[in-house]
Amino acid sequence: MNKPVDSGESKTTIISKKVKENFEFWLFVLPGMIITFIFHYVPLYGIQIAFRRFSPRRGIWESAWVGFDHFERFFNSPYFLTTITNTFILSFYSLVAGFPIPIMLALMLNSFRHKRYRKIIQTVTYAPNFISTVVMAGMLLLFLSPRVGIVNNLIGIFGLESINFMAEKSMWRHIYVWSGIWQNTGWNSVIFFAALAGVSPEFHEAAIVDGATKFQRILYIDLPTILPTATILLILNCGSMLSVGFEKAFLLQNDLNLSVSEIISTYTYKVGLVQNDMSYSTAIGLFNSVINSILLLTVNRVANKLSGHSLI
Amino acid sequence: MSLQRAASMRKAKLMKRSKGDIIFDAVIFVILTVIFLIVAYPLYFIIISSFSDPAAVAGGMVVWIPIKPNLRGYEEVFRNNAVVRGFLNSLLYTSVGTLLNLVVTLPTAFALSRKEFQGNRFVTVFYLITMFVNGGMIPTYLVVKSVKFLDTIWALIVPGALGVYNMFICRTYFKTNLPNELIEAAKLDGCGNTRFFVSIALPLSGALIAIMVLYYGIGHWNSYFSALLYISDKNKFPLQLVLRSILIQNEAQLAQQGVSTAQQLKEQARRRELVELMKYSLIIVSSIPVMIIYPIIQKYFVKGVLIGSVKG
Repeated sequence: MNKPVDSGESKTTIISKKVKENFEFWLFVLPGMIITFIFHYVPLYGIQIAFRRFSPRRGIWESAWVGFDHFERFFNSPYFLTTITNTFILSFYSLVAGFPIPIMLALMLNSFRHKRYRKIIQTVTYAPNFISTVVMAGMLLLFLSPRVGIVNNLIGIFGLESINFMAEKSMWRHIYVWSGIWQNTGWNSVIFFAALAGVSPEFHEAAIVDGATKFQRILYIDLPTILPTATILLILNCGSMLSVGFEKAFLLQNDLNLSVSEIISTYTYKVGLVQNDMSYSTAIGLFNSVINSILLLTVNRVANKLSGHSLI
Repeated sequence: MSLQRAASMRKAKLMKRSKGDIIFDAVIFVILTVIFLIVAYPLYFIIISSFSDPAAVAGGMVVWIPIKPNLRGYEEVFRNNAVVRGFLNSLLYTSVGTLLNLVVTLPTAFALSRKEFQGNRFVTVFYLITMFVNGGMIPTYLVVKSVKFLDTIWALIVPGALGVYNMFICRTYFKTNLPNELIEAAKLDGCGNTRFFVSIALPLSGALIAIMVLYYGIGHWNSYFSALLYISDKNKFPLQLVLRSILIQNEAQLAQQGVSTAQQLKEQARRRELVELMKYSLIIVSSIPVMIIYPIIQKYFVKGVLIGSVKG
């Protein structure tokens, strides 16, 4: 609050000062708000094309109203079950396999005594996080290439036949998930590592004097410390269960693995901008985000009941 | 005396590791080393391959050190016009984009960090909403199209000019790093908010600006999705789209078609090996900007995660 500077200052000057101050603040926030309004709020208005037969020539208002036709079409199409199942399996697998590993890495690094070596491991494991999705997918294709890839060369040493990984449907999910773990584990451990730095050394000292082993200290001191952080991240991850990112899946797709790699976001893109069926694509996207919100709220409620930690 | 002895005994107890703990430490050391190798080897492999002989890479002979070191892969990369143009385009998009990000994000965050700003709650909610609902791919595309941004740099940098999460990081930073006394003192001396922001707040926020340059800059450099949606003119492609066509879609295969003599077939095979090799060099070249700023900013980014985790 703006306090009067000296007793002689009258009320009106304080008010005019306040107005001037706030005017300045509004100028500060205005550019961001205008941009956000145009590119994040105006599209909300455009969602109505999900209920119309949109044609670019006619514009949004003039396009015919068709109600829930596009949604029905999606529910009845063979892609409905495939894309939803694929999306769900992919994110569930990523979550179950990928969530505990950064926590374990942080716990191990934290209990590790040698500071220099720890620093080296951190620097190296953070690095893949900055590799672009395109390069990541490119690396996978290079390593897993049936003719010249290093993985098949290794397999060859053991006298086994080479595998065309990217054409193998059963391999695709493993490749997607484990390459993601390779890329993100280090970076995802940062937040847990930071939380562990907040543990007072006195706890550990007291535990040592009482004869606790290192493993017991990790279990009863370190782990409970990061539990709230872990819960909130888990909620966030569960809430975005059906919003698997477009980028990597799209790049790793080919005709042979499409039956497991076609997920909601890639399908939305193809329908909307490749086949130009914009209304249908918007309807699928809308359906997806409604499900996402329901998931987030449900998971949040369950987590709140179980552990007392919640997001909202 | 006895107090001192108790203290020294306590110290001895803290220093001494039990047998179990020594084994435990050894196990952790082994696990961490394995993780280190799993993350580091693929990166190392790309580096040594990019300098090796094409035939050696294709034949799987490159494992620990480069074989017949040479720069042919790199020559091939720099001879490729699309790559060079993409690289320059990406440099432009990244620098202009990051600058715009800073210009929009920092003032917004500063205003929101001040209690005197009466629009505080409204603006915060305005941004929070955009984190949970969005118009989706097609409605956003239609807006970008209607403001005539298609096929321009603006489509890539304006819609995401303010990242809400980054903005909240900045707000927290300003809140915790600019003491109220400093602001009051500046005001007493007749310093307005704009002047305070430009000549006091910003110079005190070097670490914050470094983090933002890293987060936003790498985001721009690595992104390909918005370019995929909004850029169709090949001369305006950012590097990641060029990478996609070479690494993923294999469009660098320049080999002559319809050849039959043994000589020509051999030549074609060599050419194919060179194209494969070039991919490794290309991955390195595309990561150069990131590799340059990664060590410089590394000491800041953990801090960034920390600020963000204090309060979202």
